[in-house]
Amino acid sequence: MVNKQTTIQEITTHVKDGMTIMVGGFLGVGTPDSLVQILLENEIQDITLICNDTAFVDKGVGQLIAKRLVKKVITSHIGTNTASGQQMINQELLVELVPQGTLIERIRCGGAGLGGVLTPTGIGTIVEEGKEKIVVDGIEYLLEKPLRADIALLKAKKGDKAGNLIYDKAARNCNPTMALAADLVIAEVDEVVEIGAIDPDEVITPGLLVDKIVCVRGAV
Amino acid sequence: MDAKEFIARRVALEIQDGEVVNLGIGLPTMVANYLPQDINVILHSENGFVGLTKGDGQVIPNLVNAGGKPCGIIPGGAIFDSMMSFALIRGGHVHVSVLGGLQVDQYGNLANWMIPGKKVPGMGGAMDLVAGAKKIIVAMEHCAKDGSAKIVKECTLPLTGKGKVHMIVTELAVFHVTLEGLILSEVAFGVDVETVKAKTAAELIVSRHLKTMPINQ
Repeated sequence: MVNKQTTIQEITTHVKDGMTIMVGGFLGVGTPDSLVQILLENEIQDITLICNDTAFVDKGVGQLIAKRLVKKVITSHIGTNTASGQQMINQELLVELVPQGTLIERIRCGGAGLGGVLTPTGIGTIVEEGKEKIVVDGIEYLLEKPLRADIALLKAKKGDKAGNLIYDKAARNCNPTMALAADLVIAEVDEVVEIGAIDPDEVITPGLLVDKIVCVRGAV
Repeated sequence: MDAKEFIARRVALEIQDGEVVNLGIGLPTMVANYLPQDINVILHSENGFVGLTKGDGQVIPNLVNAGGKPCGIIPGGAIFDSMMSFALIRGGHVHVSVLGGLQVDQYGNLANWMIPGKKVPGMGGAMDLVAGAKKIIVAMEHCAKDGSAKIVKECTLPLTGKGKVHMIVTELAVFHVTLEGLILSEVAFGVDVETVKAKTAAELIVSRHLKTMPINQ
Protein backbone atom coordinates (compact mmCIF):
# COMPACT_ATOMS: atom_id res chain seq x y z
CA MET A 1 0.00 0.00 0.00
CA VAL A 2 1.07 3.56 -0.70
CA ASN A 3 2.53 5.46 2.23
CA LYS A 4 0.40 8.61 2.49
CA GLN A 5 2.32 10.22 5.29
CA THR A 6 3.63 13.65 4.42
CA THR A 7 4.79 16.90 6.03
CA ILE A 8 3.21 20.21 6.93
CA GLN A 9 5.55 21.83 4.38
CA GLU A 10 4.23 19.61 1.61
CA ILE A 11 0.60 20.28 2.56
CA THR A 12 1.29 24.00 2.25
CA THR A 13 1.75 23.61 -1.51
CA HIS A 14 -1.86 22.42 -1.93
CA VAL A 15 -3.81 25.26 -0.33
CA LYS A 16 -4.74 28.14 -2.63
CA ASP A 17 -6.76 31.34 -2.49
CA GLY A 18 -10.46 30.99 -3.34
CA MET A 19 -10.72 27.32 -2.41
CA THR A 20 -13.75 25.71 -0.79
CA ILE A 21 -12.45 24.04 2.36
CA MET A 22 -14.27 21.73 4.78
CA VAL A 23 -12.90 21.52 8.29
CA GLY A 24 -13.90 19.02 10.98
CA GLY A 25 -14.74 20.00 14.54
CA PHE A 26 -17.50 20.99 16.93
CA LEU A 27 -16.74 24.20 18.82
CA GLY A 28 -13.08 23.53 18.06
CA VAL A 29 -13.09 19.97 19.42
CA GLY A 30 -11.95 17.67 16.62
CA THR A 31 -10.48 20.47 14.51
CA PRO A 32 -7.05 19.86 12.94
CA ASP A 33 -5.28 22.82 14.52
CA SER A 34 -1.97 22.39 12.66
CA LEU A 35 -3.74 22.30 9.28
CA VAL A 36 -5.79 25.40 10.19
CA GLN A 37 -2.49 26.99 11.15
CA ILE A 38 -1.23 26.44 7.58
CA LEU A 39 -4.13 28.50 6.25
CA LEU A 40 -3.49 31.20 8.85
CA GLU A 41 0.27 31.43 8.33
CA ASN A 42 0.02 31.47 4.55
CA GLU A 43 -2.90 33.91 4.71
CA ILE A 44 -4.97 31.92 2.22
CA GLN A 45 -7.65 34.39 1.04
CA ASP A 46 -11.28 34.20 -0.07
CA ILE A 47 -11.96 30.82 1.47
CA THR A 48 -15.42 29.31 1.27
CA LEU A 49 -15.53 27.49 4.59
CA ILE A 50 -17.79 24.53 5.36
CA CYS A 51 -17.83 23.70 9.06
CA ASN A 52 -20.24 22.73 11.81
CA ASP A 53 -19.85 26.05 13.63
CA THR A 54 -17.41 28.96 13.58
CA ALA A 55 -15.98 28.09 17.02
CA PHE A 56 -14.24 31.00 18.73
CA VAL A 57 -12.12 33.97 17.59
CA ASP A 58 -9.03 32.32 19.07
CA LYS A 59 -9.86 28.64 18.58
CA GLY A 60 -10.51 26.29 15.67
CA VAL A 61 -11.83 27.62 12.36
CA GLY A 62 -12.93 30.77 14.16
CA GLN A 63 -9.39 32.10 13.77
CA LEU A 64 -9.77 32.05 9.97
CA ILE A 65 -12.79 34.32 10.25
CA ALA A 66 -11.16 36.59 12.83
CA LYS A 67 -8.24 37.00 10.41
CA ARG A 68 -10.69 37.81 7.55
CA LEU A 69 -9.57 34.97 5.33
CA VAL A 70 -13.10 33.68 4.74
CA LYS A 71 -15.50 35.18 2.20
CA LYS A 72 -18.35 32.71 2.77
CA VAL A 73 -19.17 30.24 5.49
CA ILE A 74 -21.70 27.41 5.31
CA THR A 75 -22.40 26.37 8.89
CA SER A 76 -25.04 25.69 11.54
CA HIS A 77 -23.95 28.13 14.25
CA ILE A 78 -21.93 31.33 14.48
CA GLY A 79 -23.01 32.50 17.93
CA THR A 80 -19.80 31.65 19.81
CA ASN A 81 -17.61 33.76 17.50
CA THR A 82 -18.12 37.52 17.75
CA ALA A 83 -16.14 38.10 14.53
CA SER A 84 -18.60 36.00 12.49
CA GLY A 85 -21.64 38.03 13.53
CA GLN A 86 -19.83 41.35 13.16
CA GLN A 87 -18.53 40.58 9.67
CA MET A 88 -21.96 39.27 8.64
CA ILE A 89 -23.65 42.51 9.77
CA ASN A 90 -20.98 44.56 7.96
CA GLN A 91 -21.58 42.43 4.85
CA GLU A 92 -17.93 41.36 4.83
CA LEU A 93 -18.81 37.70 5.33
CA LEU A 94 -21.51 35.73 3.57
CA VAL A 95 -23.19 33.33 6.00
CA GLU A 96 -25.36 30.41 4.93
CA LEU A 97 -26.94 28.95 8.06
CA VAL A 98 -27.92 25.31 7.71
CA PRO A 99 -29.51 23.10 10.39
CA GLN A 100 -26.80 20.86 11.83
CA GLY A 101 -28.39 17.58 10.76
CA THR A 102 -29.07 18.94 7.28
CA LEU A 103 -25.49 20.18 6.94
CA ILE A 104 -23.99 16.77 7.65
CA GLU A 105 -26.47 15.06 5.29
CA ARG A 106 -25.63 17.53 2.51
CA ILE A 107 -21.94 16.68 2.98
CA ARG A 108 -22.78 12.98 2.95
CA CYS A 109 -24.71 13.45 -0.29
CA GLY A 110 -21.73 15.28 -1.79
CA GLY A 111 -19.53 12.32 -1.08
CA ALA A 112 -21.96 9.46 -1.52
CA GLY A 113 -23.09 10.04 -5.07
CA LEU A 114 -26.51 11.29 -4.06
CA GLY A 115 -28.34 14.19 -5.71
CA GLY A 116 -29.73 15.40 -2.41
CA VAL A 117 -31.59 14.42 0.70
CA LEU A 118 -35.23 14.83 1.72
CA THR A 119 -35.56 16.11 5.27
CA PRO A 120 -38.47 17.37 7.37
CA THR A 121 -36.07 19.71 9.20
CA GLY A 122 -36.82 23.35 8.44
CA ILE A 123 -40.34 22.85 7.07
CA GLY A 124 -42.42 25.89 7.99
CA THR A 125 -39.32 28.00 8.75
CA ILE A 126 -37.20 30.42 6.71
CA VAL A 127 -34.89 27.48 5.94
CA GLU A 128 -37.42 26.31 3.34
CA GLU A 129 -37.21 29.55 1.32
CA GLY A 130 -36.18 28.92 -2.26
CA LYS A 131 -36.10 25.15 -1.83
CA GLU A 132 -38.13 22.51 -3.56
CA LYS A 133 -40.68 20.69 -1.40
CA ILE A 134 -41.43 17.07 -2.12
CA VAL A 135 -44.31 15.09 -0.63
CA VAL A 136 -43.61 11.41 0.02
CA ASP A 137 -46.46 9.26 1.34
CA GLY A 138 -48.26 12.36 2.52
CA ILE A 139 -45.32 13.87 4.41
CA GLU A 140 -43.67 17.08 3.24
CA TYR A 141 -39.87 17.24 2.94
CA LEU A 142 -37.32 19.79 1.80
CA LEU A 143 -34.90 18.83 -0.94
CA GLU A 144 -31.45 19.71 0.35
CA LYS A 145 -28.62 19.56 -2.14
CA PRO A 146 -25.11 18.10 -1.88
CA LEU A 147 -22.05 19.95 -0.62
CA ARG A 148 -18.50 19.25 -1.71
CA ALA A 149 -15.16 20.96 -1.20
CA ASP A 150 -11.78 21.25 -2.90
CA ILE A 151 -10.09 20.21 0.33
CA ALA A 152 -11.24 18.55 3.55
CA LEU A 153 -9.11 19.01 6.65
CA LEU A 154 -9.72 16.29 9.24
CA LYS A 155 -8.53 15.53 12.76
CA ALA A 156 -8.10 11.98 14.03
CA LYS A 157 -6.47 10.35 17.02
CA LYS A 158 -4.56 7.73 15.10
CA GLY A 159 -3.94 6.81 11.51
CA ASP A 160 -1.89 4.23 9.71
CA LYS A 161 0.28 5.15 6.76
CA ALA A 162 -2.47 3.94 4.41
CA GLY A 163 -4.76 6.64 5.84
CA ASN A 164 -7.10 4.48 7.92
CA LEU A 165 -8.36 6.62 10.78
CA ILE A 166 -9.56 6.22 14.36
CA TYR A 167 -10.99 9.15 16.32
CA ASP A 168 -11.09 10.23 19.96
CA LYS A 169 -14.44 10.64 21.76
CA ALA A 170 -16.43 13.73 20.77
CA ALA A 171 -13.62 14.85 18.46
CA ARG A 172 -15.08 12.51 15.84
CA ASN A 173 -18.17 14.63 14.97
CA CYS A 174 -18.23 15.61 11.28
CA ASN A 175 -14.75 14.34 10.37
CA PRO A 176 -15.72 10.91 9.00
CA THR A 177 -18.42 12.36 6.73
CA MET A 178 -16.17 15.12 5.39
CA ALA A 179 -13.66 12.44 4.39
CA LEU A 180 -16.14 11.48 1.65
CA ALA A 181 -16.77 14.87 0.15
CA ALA A 182 -13.62 16.63 -1.01
CA ASP A 183 -11.22 16.31 -3.95
CA LEU A 184 -8.24 16.30 -1.59
CA VAL A 185 -8.61 14.86 1.92
CA ILE A 186 -5.91 15.62 4.48
CA ALA A 187 -5.90 14.15 7.97
CA GLU A 188 -3.94 15.45 10.93
CA VAL A 189 -3.33 12.71 13.49
CA ASP A 190 -1.76 12.57 16.93
CA GLU A 191 -0.17 9.22 16.19
CA VAL A 192 0.79 7.51 12.96
CA VAL A 193 1.37 3.76 12.87
CA GLU A 194 2.56 1.24 10.31
CA ILE A 195 0.18 -0.29 7.81
CA GLY A 196 -1.42 -3.30 9.46
CA ALA A 197 -1.13 -1.96 13.00
CA ILE A 198 -4.79 -0.97 13.08
CA ASP A 199 -7.30 -3.82 13.20
CA PRO A 200 -9.52 -3.41 10.09
CA ASP A 201 -12.53 -3.89 12.39
CA GLU A 202 -11.54 -0.80 14.37
CA VAL A 203 -11.19 1.55 11.39
CA ILE A 204 -13.76 4.35 11.34
CA THR A 205 -12.66 6.12 8.14
CA PRO A 206 -11.28 3.83 5.43
CA GLY A 207 -7.87 4.93 4.24
CA LEU A 208 -8.90 4.95 0.60
CA LEU A 209 -10.72 8.22 1.32
CA VAL A 210 -7.66 9.89 2.80
CA ASP A 211 -5.05 11.33 0.43
CA LYS A 212 -2.53 12.66 2.90
CA ILE A 213 -1.78 12.11 6.55
CA VAL A 214 0.27 14.37 8.81
CA CYS A 215 1.45 13.48 12.28
CA VAL A 216 1.72 16.42 14.63
CA ARG A 217 3.17 14.64 17.65
CA GLY A 218 6.60 13.05 17.56
CA ALA A 219 8.58 12.58 14.37
CA VAL A 220 6.90 13.50 11.10
CA MET B 1 -35.63 27.78 44.84
CA ASP B 2 -35.26 30.07 41.83
CA ALA B 3 -37.54 30.00 38.80
CA LYS B 4 -35.13 28.03 36.64
CA GLU B 5 -34.65 25.27 39.19
CA PHE B 6 -38.41 25.09 39.71
CA ILE B 7 -38.98 24.70 35.96
CA ALA B 8 -36.22 22.09 35.65
CA ARG B 9 -37.69 20.06 38.54
CA ARG B 10 -41.12 20.04 36.91
CA VAL B 11 -39.74 19.01 33.50
CA ALA B 12 -37.78 16.17 35.14
CA LEU B 13 -41.09 14.59 36.23
CA GLU B 14 -42.06 14.21 32.56
CA ILE B 15 -39.14 11.93 31.77
CA GLN B 16 -40.04 8.24 31.76
CA ASP B 17 -37.97 5.17 32.46
CA GLY B 18 -36.07 3.99 29.39
CA GLU B 19 -36.28 7.22 27.44
CA VAL B 20 -33.52 8.77 25.35
CA VAL B 21 -33.51 12.48 26.09
CA ASN B 22 -31.78 15.51 24.60
CA LEU B 23 -31.46 18.55 26.85
CA GLY B 24 -30.77 21.93 25.24
CA ILE B 25 -28.20 24.43 26.47
CA GLY B 26 -29.00 26.58 29.52
CA LEU B 27 -32.10 25.90 31.60
CA PRO B 28 -32.92 22.56 29.88
CA THR B 29 -29.47 21.21 30.89
CA MET B 30 -30.50 21.65 34.55
CA VAL B 31 -33.21 19.01 34.13
CA ALA B 32 -30.49 16.33 34.40
CA ASN B 33 -29.92 17.34 38.04
CA TYR B 34 -33.47 16.44 39.06
CA LEU B 35 -34.19 13.22 37.17
CA PRO B 36 -35.67 10.59 39.51
CA GLN B 37 -32.93 8.25 40.75
CA ASP B 38 -34.98 5.13 40.17
CA ILE B 39 -35.35 5.50 36.41
CA ASN B 40 -32.96 4.68 33.62
CA VAL B 41 -32.57 7.63 31.26
CA ILE B 42 -30.03 7.96 28.46
CA LEU B 43 -28.95 11.50 27.64
CA HIS B 44 -28.11 12.24 24.01
CA SER B 45 -25.49 14.87 23.17
CA GLU B 46 -25.90 16.03 19.58
CA ASN B 47 -22.17 16.51 19.01
CA GLY B 48 -21.94 12.74 18.90
CA PHE B 49 -22.67 10.44 21.80
CA VAL B 50 -25.21 8.98 24.20
CA GLY B 51 -24.60 8.46 27.88
CA LEU B 52 -23.86 12.08 28.74
CA THR B 53 -23.20 12.87 32.42
CA LYS B 54 -21.84 15.84 34.28
CA GLY B 55 -18.69 13.86 34.98
CA ASP B 56 -16.69 13.95 38.19
CA GLY B 57 -15.10 17.34 37.61
CA GLN B 58 -12.04 15.92 35.86
CA VAL B 59 -11.57 17.28 32.36
CA ILE B 60 -11.41 14.45 29.83
CA PRO B 61 -9.74 15.66 26.61
CA ASN B 62 -12.07 15.71 23.59
CA LEU B 63 -15.16 14.98 25.68
CA VAL B 64 -17.51 17.96 25.73
CA ASN B 65 -21.26 18.42 25.72
CA ALA B 66 -23.19 20.22 22.98
CA GLY B 67 -22.35 23.51 24.68
CA GLY B 68 -18.64 22.75 24.37
CA LYS B 69 -18.26 22.23 28.14
CA PRO B 70 -16.31 19.32 29.68
CA CYS B 71 -18.54 16.41 30.67
CA GLY B 72 -18.53 12.67 31.30
CA ILE B 73 -19.88 9.54 29.63
CA ILE B 74 -21.47 6.62 31.46
CA PRO B 75 -20.29 3.01 31.22
CA GLY B 76 -22.22 1.63 28.26
CA GLY B 77 -22.27 5.00 26.52
CA ALA B 78 -21.54 5.22 22.80
CA ILE B 79 -19.62 7.67 20.63
CA PHE B 80 -20.61 8.24 17.01
CA ASP B 81 -20.31 10.78 14.23
CA SER B 82 -22.62 13.70 13.41
CA MET B 83 -24.46 11.73 10.74
CA MET B 84 -25.47 9.05 13.25
CA SER B 85 -26.25 11.66 15.87
CA PHE B 86 -28.79 13.42 13.67
CA ALA B 87 -30.16 10.17 12.24
CA LEU B 88 -31.00 9.33 15.86
CA ILE B 89 -32.72 12.69 16.23
CA ARG B 90 -34.71 12.84 13.00
CA GLY B 91 -35.40 9.11 13.01
CA GLY B 92 -37.44 9.32 16.20
CA HIS B 93 -34.87 7.49 18.34
CA VAL B 94 -34.72 10.44 20.73
CA HIS B 95 -37.90 10.35 22.77
CA VAL B 96 -37.83 13.74 24.40
CA SER B 97 -36.19 17.03 23.47
CA VAL B 98 -36.23 19.81 26.05
CA LEU B 99 -35.50 23.24 24.59
CA GLY B 100 -35.60 26.85 25.65
CA GLY B 101 -37.85 29.32 23.87
CA LEU B 102 -38.03 32.96 22.85
CA GLN B 103 -41.68 32.56 21.81
CA VAL B 104 -44.12 29.66 21.70
CA ASP B 105 -47.60 30.00 20.31
CA GLN B 106 -50.92 28.27 20.84
CA TYR B 107 -50.43 26.18 17.68
CA GLY B 108 -47.24 24.63 19.01
CA ASN B 109 -44.92 26.75 16.91
CA LEU B 110 -41.56 27.49 18.49
CA ALA B 111 -39.17 30.38 17.88
CA ASN B 112 -35.85 30.09 19.66
CA TRP B 113 -32.98 30.64 17.24
CA MET B 114 -32.83 34.24 16.12
CA ILE B 115 -33.99 37.80 16.66
CA PRO B 116 -33.78 39.57 13.29
CA GLY B 117 -31.43 42.54 13.36
CA LYS B 118 -30.29 41.74 16.89
CA LYS B 119 -29.08 38.23 17.36
CA VAL B 120 -28.47 35.61 14.69
CA PRO B 121 -26.42 32.84 16.27
CA GLY B 122 -27.77 30.10 14.00
CA MET B 123 -30.05 27.16 14.65
CA GLY B 124 -27.38 24.58 15.41
CA GLY B 125 -29.22 21.31 16.01
CA ALA B 126 -32.45 22.87 17.29
CA MET B 127 -34.44 22.58 14.05
CA ASP B 128 -33.57 18.90 13.71
CA LEU B 129 -34.53 18.23 17.32
CA VAL B 130 -37.86 19.99 16.91
CA ALA B 131 -38.54 18.19 13.62
CA GLY B 132 -37.52 14.76 14.82
CA ALA B 133 -37.82 14.12 18.55
CA LYS B 134 -41.05 12.39 19.55
CA LYS B 135 -41.95 14.79 22.34
CA ILE B 136 -40.94 18.45 22.46
CA ILE B 137 -41.00 20.20 25.82
CA VAL B 138 -40.27 23.91 25.97
CA ALA B 139 -38.78 24.90 29.32
CA MET B 140 -38.58 28.65 29.80
CA GLU B 141 -39.35 31.54 32.10
CA HIS B 142 -42.91 32.68 31.58
CA CYS B 143 -42.17 36.24 30.44
CA ALA B 144 -39.25 37.93 28.69
CA LYS B 145 -36.89 40.15 30.68
CA ASP B 146 -38.94 43.22 29.68
CA GLY B 147 -42.07 41.55 31.06
CA SER B 148 -43.61 40.80 27.65
CA ALA B 149 -45.41 37.51 27.08
CA LYS B 150 -43.45 34.67 25.51
CA ILE B 151 -46.49 32.44 25.13
CA VAL B 152 -48.38 34.11 22.30
CA LYS B 153 -51.22 33.67 19.86
CA GLU B 154 -48.86 33.48 16.93
CA CYS B 155 -45.06 33.69 16.91
CA THR B 156 -43.65 36.84 15.32
CA LEU B 157 -40.02 35.71 15.46
CA PRO B 158 -38.63 33.30 12.82
CA LEU B 159 -39.69 29.75 13.65
CA THR B 160 -37.51 26.85 14.69
CA GLY B 161 -40.30 24.41 13.94
CA LYS B 162 -43.95 24.48 13.03
CA GLY B 163 -46.61 22.84 15.17
CA LYS B 164 -44.18 20.56 16.97
CA VAL B 165 -44.32 21.63 20.63
CA HIS B 166 -46.24 19.28 22.94
CA MET B 167 -45.78 20.93 26.28
CA ILE B 168 -44.64 24.21 27.85
CA VAL B 169 -43.32 24.43 31.40
CA THR B 170 -42.75 27.80 33.11
CA GLU B 171 -42.39 28.91 36.73
CA LEU B 172 -46.10 29.79 36.73
CA ALA B 173 -47.79 27.00 34.83
CA VAL B 174 -47.79 23.94 32.59
CA PHE B 175 -49.50 23.99 29.17
CA HIS B 176 -50.28 21.29 26.64
CA VAL B 177 -50.71 21.98 22.93
CA THR B 178 -53.73 20.08 21.59
CA LEU B 179 -55.89 20.12 18.48
CA GLU B 180 -58.53 21.98 20.52
CA GLY B 181 -56.04 24.66 21.51
CA LEU B 182 -53.59 25.50 24.26
CA ILE B 183 -54.64 23.85 27.50
CA LEU B 184 -53.62 25.30 30.85
CA SER B 185 -53.03 22.05 32.75
CA GLU B 186 -51.26 23.11 35.95
CA VAL B 187 -50.55 26.26 37.91
CA ALA B 188 -47.78 26.72 40.47
CA PHE B 189 -48.76 26.69 44.15
CA GLY B 190 -50.17 30.10 45.10
CA VAL B 191 -50.61 31.24 41.48
CA ASP B 192 -54.16 31.78 40.24
CA VAL B 193 -55.49 31.34 36.73
CA GLU B 194 -56.06 35.08 36.27
CA THR B 195 -52.38 35.80 36.93
CA VAL B 196 -51.37 33.23 34.32
CA LYS B 197 -53.86 34.65 31.81
CA ALA B 198 -52.59 38.20 32.41
CA LYS B 199 -49.03 37.13 31.59
CA THR B 200 -49.96 34.99 28.58
CA ALA B 201 -50.83 36.44 25.17
CA ALA B 202 -52.35 33.22 23.77
CA GLU B 203 -55.96 32.01 23.92
CA LEU B 204 -56.08 29.56 26.81
CA ILE B 205 -58.40 26.71 27.58
CA VAL B 206 -58.37 26.05 31.32
CA SER B 207 -58.36 22.32 31.91
CA ARG B 208 -61.34 20.91 33.77
CA HIS B 209 -58.76 18.91 35.69
CA LEU B 210 -56.53 21.89 36.49
CA LYS B 211 -53.89 20.83 39.03
CA THR B 212 -51.27 22.46 41.18
CA MET B 213 -47.74 21.83 39.89
CA PRO B 214 -46.37 19.01 42.05
CA ILE B 215 -43.23 20.92 43.07
CA ASN B 216 -42.77 22.64 46.43
CA GLN B 217 -41.49 26.18 45.98
